[in-house]
Amino acid sequence: MSRQVRLLLLGSGLLGLGALFAWAIAGLPAFGDYQGPYGFVLNRIVLPLRHTTNVVMGTNFDVRGLDTMGEEFILYASVVGVTLLLRDETRTRLAERRTRRFRDDTVRLVGVAMVGAGLLIGLWLMAFGYITPGGGFQGGVVTAGAIVLLYLVGNHRDYRPFRNEHLLDPFEAVGAGGYVIVGLAALASGTAFLANLFGLGTPGMLRSSGSIAILNWASAIAVTVAMLLLFAEFLETYVVPLEPEDAGS
Amino acid sequence: MSYLPFAVAAWICLVGIAGIATSRNLIHLAICLTVTQSSSYVLLLSVGYVKHGKAPIFIGTKLGTTAVDPVVQALTLTDIVVSVVVIALILALALDAHRLSGTVDPDQITDIAG
Repeated sequence: MSRQVRLLLLGSGLLGLGALFAWAIAGLPAFGDYQGPYGFVLNRIVLPLRHTTNVVMGTNFDVRGLDTMGEEFILYASVVGVTLLLRDETRTRLAERRTRRFRDDTVRLVGVAMVGAGLLIGLWLMAFGYITPGGGFQGGVVTAGAIVLLYLVGNHRDYRPFRNEHLLDPFEAVGAGGYVIVGLAALASGTAFLANLFGLGTPGMLRSSGSIAILNWASAIAVTVAMLLLFAEFLETYVVPLEPEDAGS
Repeated sequence: MSYLPFAVAAWICLVGIAGIATSRNLIHLAICLTVTQSSSYVLLLSVGYVKHGKAPIFIGTKLGTTAVDPVVQALTLTDIVVSVVVIALILALALDAHRLSGTVDPDQITDIAG
């Protein structure tokens, strides 16, 4: 099929899809005319029942906690998938040695300062995730981003511990497994899987929300490490520095 | 104007699909897929918006204040995670394709063996 025919086919398909969208949108309630009821109900009950001021995270880690567990495991599955796809060549291929550093001091200074700022913001998003805007997933991505920045502004030696999977894997296990264990603990204590345990505390304080706080930290650890593992796999495929222990294999 | 956010979501989706279909580079294709998926974030957040609603975070805000739907916001988070997962796998496959055929142009990758 020539490119022109394909473009024509694409154009007509997009027109059709656009018409379907227009039809669907015409049938929706107008923007801002929310019909409920779930949003209204949750906004009323999550704070009194779970002492969680961030209702979005209360929804994620309690109301639909089981879904979030699945979400954590698709991330885990993705790490495994990427590892399997890229693994066969990483050990055998000899790639360029990356010793180049940014010579520009301003870039390095700002970059290093941003590593600190990024880590702080990431930890803040994680720790207060169930109180103010944020959460384990968001904080995890920001934290991993700050650590990856270390690779960009430093050199591969500074970054080595963060791409060492023997070091990272146990943390991933603690994060992903911790979530399941909290769920099983509820089951063992005679309630439903992932039911809220551990005392609710005072709303707005770090000691609040019961299981939500622990699930939040479990997913924070799992997401940070999953991101680092993904980055490490791509990094090894592209630029494997010839380190003494690798050179012989 | 009250349907504009939905129209924006539809537009982002269509543009993303057009980008995927006309892409000449697998990395570009992966980014276009992310654009397409972003339309679902816009749609979800628009669906959950309540007129004059505040963020569903009740710290410094009295319980009972009109707030937007937290369910769709939680779903958007799931959506973003799925997007990250998919793009990681696609980029890994793109790397593999480049290793096997020496190109990232989907039109040039002719012989695909299982």
